[in-house]
Amino acid sequence: MKVESWGKYPKSRQTGQCVHWPQELIKKRWQANGEMSLPFGNGRSYGDVCLSSSGQVLVMSGLNRFKALDLQSGRVRVEAGMTLGDILAVVEPKGWFLPVVPGTSQATVGGAIANDVHGKNHHVRGTFGCHVHRLWLWRDGRCIECSTLQNPDLFAATIGGLGLTGIILEAELALVPVTSGCVEMITHRFDRLSDFFDLAERYDQSHEYGVAWVDCQGKASSLGRGVYFAGNHATDDVGIPARKTASKRYQIPFTPPLSLINRLSLTAFNEIYWRSKPSKPVTSRVGCSEFFFPLDGILNWNRLYGREGFQQYQCVIPEDNAQDAMKDILAAISRSGMGSFLAVLKQCGNQDSPGLLSFPLKGTSLALDFPCGRKLSSLFNHLDDITRAANGRLYPAKDAHMRAADFQRAYPEWSTLEQLRDPSLESLFWKRVTA
Amino acid sequence: MNILVIGATSAIAQACAREWLTIHPGCRLILTGRDTNKLASMQEDLLIRGAAEVDVFSLDIMDSEACKTVIESAVQKVGHLDRVLVAPGSLPDQQRCQADEAYAAAQLSVNSTCLLLLLEQLAHQLEQQRHGRLVVISSVAGDRGRMSNYFYGAAKAAVTAFCSGLMMRLEKSGVSVSVVKPGFVRTPMTAGLDLPQRLVASPEAVAKAIVQGCEGNKAVIYAPGFWLLIMTVIRLIPTAIFRKLTL
Repeated sequence: MKVESWGKYPKSRQTGQCVHWPQELIKKRWQANGEMSLPFGNGRSYGDVCLSSSGQVLVMSGLNRFKALDLQSGRVRVEAGMTLGDILAVVEPKGWFLPVVPGTSQATVGGAIANDVHGKNHHVRGTFGCHVHRLWLWRDGRCIECSTLQNPDLFAATIGGLGLTGIILEAELALVPVTSGCVEMITHRFDRLSDFFDLAERYDQSHEYGVAWVDCQGKASSLGRGVYFAGNHATDDVGIPARKTASKRYQIPFTPPLSLINRLSLTAFNEIYWRSKPSKPVTSRVGCSEFFFPLDGILNWNRLYGREGFQQYQCVIPEDNAQDAMKDILAAISRSGMGSFLAVLKQCGNQDSPGLLSFPLKGTSLALDFPCGRKLSSLFNHLDDITRAANGRLYPAKDAHMRAADFQRAYPEWSTLEQLRDPSLESLFWKRVTA
Repeated sequence: MNILVIGATSAIAQACAREWLTIHPGCRLILTGRDTNKLASMQEDLLIRGAAEVDVFSLDIMDSEACKTVIESAVQKVGHLDRVLVAPGSLPDQQRCQADEAYAAAQLSVNSTCLLLLLEQLAHQLEQQRHGRLVVISSVAGDRGRMSNYFYGAAKAAVTAFCSGLMMRLEKSGVSVSVVKPGFVRTPMTAGLDLPQRLVASPEAVAKAIVQGCEGNKAVIYAPGFWLLIMTVIRLIPTAIFRKLTL
């Protein structure tokens, strides 16, 4: 099968072999022939971390079986191709939830570990990798159990290891108890960037989850205006409604030749959205999928950007430089007129990840999609200059442009990962940033 | 709700078991297959997904005595069978079939003769209990023989014809028979083939069509549905043209 990354960029011919049973890996030719490969989950990474340098990937989404579920201690052991949504569909009605979920439930467990993903509660729970008890890695023709006690070096390298240390077969994850399938959410509109920092500081004290939508087209006094969402799992025991299975209410049926997102549609949309939110904070109760995975409600939303695809710019800037750098970044984006509706600001905490190449650090993260186009690289160069000067870094899971020098400066442990890399696995990303 | 799945380790059968579980939560499953490791792995998975009970039996359908024993044990265990899915199959290498008679015979046997005899055994059981639904996986390949896979097509045509007859017979006992004709599905069976990407369905999508079709008492289930259109076109190609094609 042909596969591509979520951003449909970079364009690269990638042929996937589906893996349905772990036994099949023994028979796969790629290792014996010295060919390069790369595990591929559900194709939710945006850039080229999920694309193989040889054009041959192993599609792992068929490895999606539960291996064990302990409802007493809250542990689940699953095969690596299972999506987080599939886990939640089973554990949520039983009163458990994943401690960390990214913005989509369609990511696989293997992908979540390999990119050490984070969620709206980074300041409380850290990254996904903080909650992996054990994992099982296929490497050199055998299965290796890794944890902080067994093969700790390989364990650390695999969390945030971009799928390069071996093929993750299974993982044992911690769960957190919840008493309802709902989230109590506060929606708080704000007028300027500095308000975001004040709100985040305030709500982070009282709320586990926090994230803000930001209007990337805001100018001058309204620069960085947006809407802050803070949430906690509802604690009242009203029972847990059966989770709607990936509420696929809408879908983008085909990829239009050109991006539907442009300056005109963007400015209008952002204005309407911002104005649609009440000027005073309001509290409401929403379902978990609506709160955590709003975009999963629109199937194939990545097609909106047309055949050329899109790139996401996600950076994190250390606390001390965050306010100034974010202002510069947002001003540059607003001036360029590029960007999209999907712009997300959030604060990251200081929880350490066991992984070597984890993205978050104590500070502020901004994520913003851009339709691919001619003028994009000059904007990205400019944004990179700001990020570099502020000691920030970019997120490999979203990246398709980062320079090798920037990567190596921001992730000094990369050479350790290179030493521990399975020599038969290499991504286009890794080839680019280690060149 | 008791569901027997024969050839359970196939990707389509596994997806069907999960699909049935979502519409009949707490059902009991009986799985058979050749690979006991895979069966054990499925057993654990389906229990966690909410099955009340999952029993597994190692079974090679080439062994007709073993088939009989397994059906008896299954019935003994759960009393009666509400759904029976028959999914075993092997996709033969057409070129090898043309060159290697022993290989061709074995392939015909597993995809046709042995399968039909197994269906006959199941028919006895279902007829006796006077209720239940039988679902049999055939293939679009059986709709019209083509040069690229006529050994497989012939075996599946036999299955389709057999099920048509069985449907008439079992109707009288209140038992429904559905024959499934999947098109290209992304499974281990088609792993080595270069298939037209747009026509390839996921096992989950196919399973949805199968389970819905079975519950709705459909006699023939094209999965996904658009294959009915494709196969109608292929069947309607006049022979004068058809014989010149290389399909």
